[in-house]
Amino acid sequence: MAPVPVERDLRLDLFRGIALWLIFLDHIPSNAVSWITIRNYGFSDATEIFVFISGYTAAFVYGRAMQTHGFIVAAARVLKRAWQIYVAHVFLFTIYLAEIAWVAHSFENPLYTEEMGILNFLNNPDVTIIQALLLKFKPVNMDVLPLYIMLLLWFAPILWLLLRSPSLGLVVSAAIYSMSWLFEWNIPAWPTGAWVFNPFAWQLLFVFGAWCALGGAQRLARWTHSPVTFLLAVVYLIFAFAIAMTWYFPPLGFYVPKFVGDAIYPIDKTNLDVLRIIHFLSLAVITINFVPKEWPALRSPVFWPAIVCGQHSLGIFCLGVFLSFAGHFVFTEVSNRILTHVIVSFTGIVLMVAAAALISWYRQIERQGPGPRPPATKPGYAGGDV
Amino acid sequence: MKGRLPLLMALPFLAMLGCPLPAFATHPDECRLPDSHTEVSFPLPQVARAVADKHLTVLVVGAGSSILPGPNGVKRAFPARLEQALAAKLPGVEVHVATDVKARRTAGAMVKTLGAALAAAKPALMIWQTATVDAMLAVDPDEFSQMLDKGINTARSAHADVMFINPQYSPRTDSMIALGTYVENMRWVAVQQEVPVFDRFGLMRAWADAGTFDFYSTTKKLDMAELVHDCLGLLLADFILEAAKVTDKATDKPGEPHTESGR
Repeated sequence: MAPVPVERDLRLDLFRGIALWLIFLDHIPSNAVSWITIRNYGFSDATEIFVFISGYTAAFVYGRAMQTHGFIVAAARVLKRAWQIYVAHVFLFTIYLAEIAWVAHSFENPLYTEEMGILNFLNNPDVTIIQALLLKFKPVNMDVLPLYIMLLLWFAPILWLLLRSPSLGLVVSAAIYSMSWLFEWNIPAWPTGAWVFNPFAWQLLFVFGAWCALGGAQRLARWTHSPVTFLLAVVYLIFAFAIAMTWYFPPLGFYVPKFVGDAIYPIDKTNLDVLRIIHFLSLAVITINFVPKEWPALRSPVFWPAIVCGQHSLGIFCLGVFLSFAGHFVFTEVSNRILTHVIVSFTGIVLMVAAAALISWYRQIERQGPGPRPPATKPGYAGGDV
Repeated sequence: MKGRLPLLMALPFLAMLGCPLPAFATHPDECRLPDSHTEVSFPLPQVARAVADKHLTVLVVGAGSSILPGPNGVKRAFPARLEQALAAKLPGVEVHVATDVKARRTAGAMVKTLGAALAAAKPALMIWQTATVDAMLAVDPDEFSQMLDKGINTARSAHADVMFINPQYSPRTDSMIALGTYVENMRWVAVQQEVPVFDRFGLMRAWADAGTFDFYSTTKKLDMAELVHDCLGLLLADFILEAAKVTDKATDKPGEPHTESGR
């Protein structure tokens, strides 16, 4: 059986916290501050970081549960977690409906006759709400949690396999990824199309995260710390950066040879394009070379805000989605000057940190309170969320 | 902490007070921005030829944002404004802008009638405004890209240059319409097929940032909408003639932009 590490790697919490902030910034429509987020400078974005680290921590928490309490108990806990995420998703959908209903009621401008057609779905809420509960209708920016639910639904069997044979687990995952590309597997969405984050493709990153947690990272250490890999990663990031610049300065497109354009486009986010995976891996290689696991600064107050957010990812993710709605509301109803964007973005992150600190504090008093102490391996108590 | 909370809540209001309220545009000349959001990347050889032949026909294929509501909707929308602007800039050239515009059409729906529209108008340039409805209906992004390719090929086989217009910047609805993928796919198809994109989204965003227009405002009146279309028509004319000039350079040094992109 693959060993499950005992101590939590603070780097995971740090980078998941940062990913949550970036997702929040990217999710506020028209946010000027989202210029700083990584999606503008290469192929991958915060979603890759979030999914990879979530896979890593899921293996960390449930792997231990599976080894101590067996498959059934661990699987039951995974499913309970999926259910919690489903409830959180429905809660966010309700807030979204409130926002839509508000706009439908209060906004009018002949310039936007076409765009206002999007509100027509309020005419048949029966269908819309049922499709939303079935996870088929997913409003803008509400695709990550349904993906997470699907990833957890099949996580117990893959974790079982990963614990027995890590390589076989990874091969199965890669096979599913390839099949989803070959046979265009995806889950249908409503009213048309398919899921924005194809679970058959994105599971690869989640399982790869889990595989790294179960000893894969050590096995890769020789490669990830080699100067050749480092150099390749740097070259690839520069290449991605150069391509990204042509998106913002179209005349630069002249300098991209046609065969390169033909080879790379379209860079498919839905199906987790290989170019995105390589971009994420390059970022990861550079990060682990610069930030060692035992780096003392990880325990310094400078990184605490991001780490505490990363430790309570589900709650903070949902809060981030809510705050992005609220931020958009401020832009619409109060002011849309650049300074407001900066203030809203900064305030949002402060609120996320405050909420994460509050959750930590609750966990602490719950553990100290009367009654039996929850078992140490229970998910969510092992130093953070899944 | 107690004392800080009201201050935090007041910050957005302070921000508003801190920045002087912008004076909104009242004349189309005010919408030319100093740094161009409509840089030309690919040439329009057929347009250059048509201008040289003193006879330029343009076909605008579009959906609901290529027209304005009301009895004067067609006359005040950007295709008609474009015709005026082109005529003013091209003295001695006979300019005609035909339209195939109908609300709520996806790229796929437009491709279906494209052959007939091209045959009727015989344009040197097809301006294709699309992607908004596809995003609203969440059409499969791959299918959207394929439709764009198909439309470009249809237009080219009818000897017309192609130019895209991407969606409007609509801040009130942008938490509901996921334009991102469609705007990106359009950009990618454009790069591959060497089609210039008139970046209406970026331009309108720049207007919003510069205070030229307030796209958040709630109104039933057409004033702002008409001025926006007037500006779009004017800047489209600039953009088209700029792209035609790129070709002029190319004829001096044969095939320059193409070889550079194909190197």
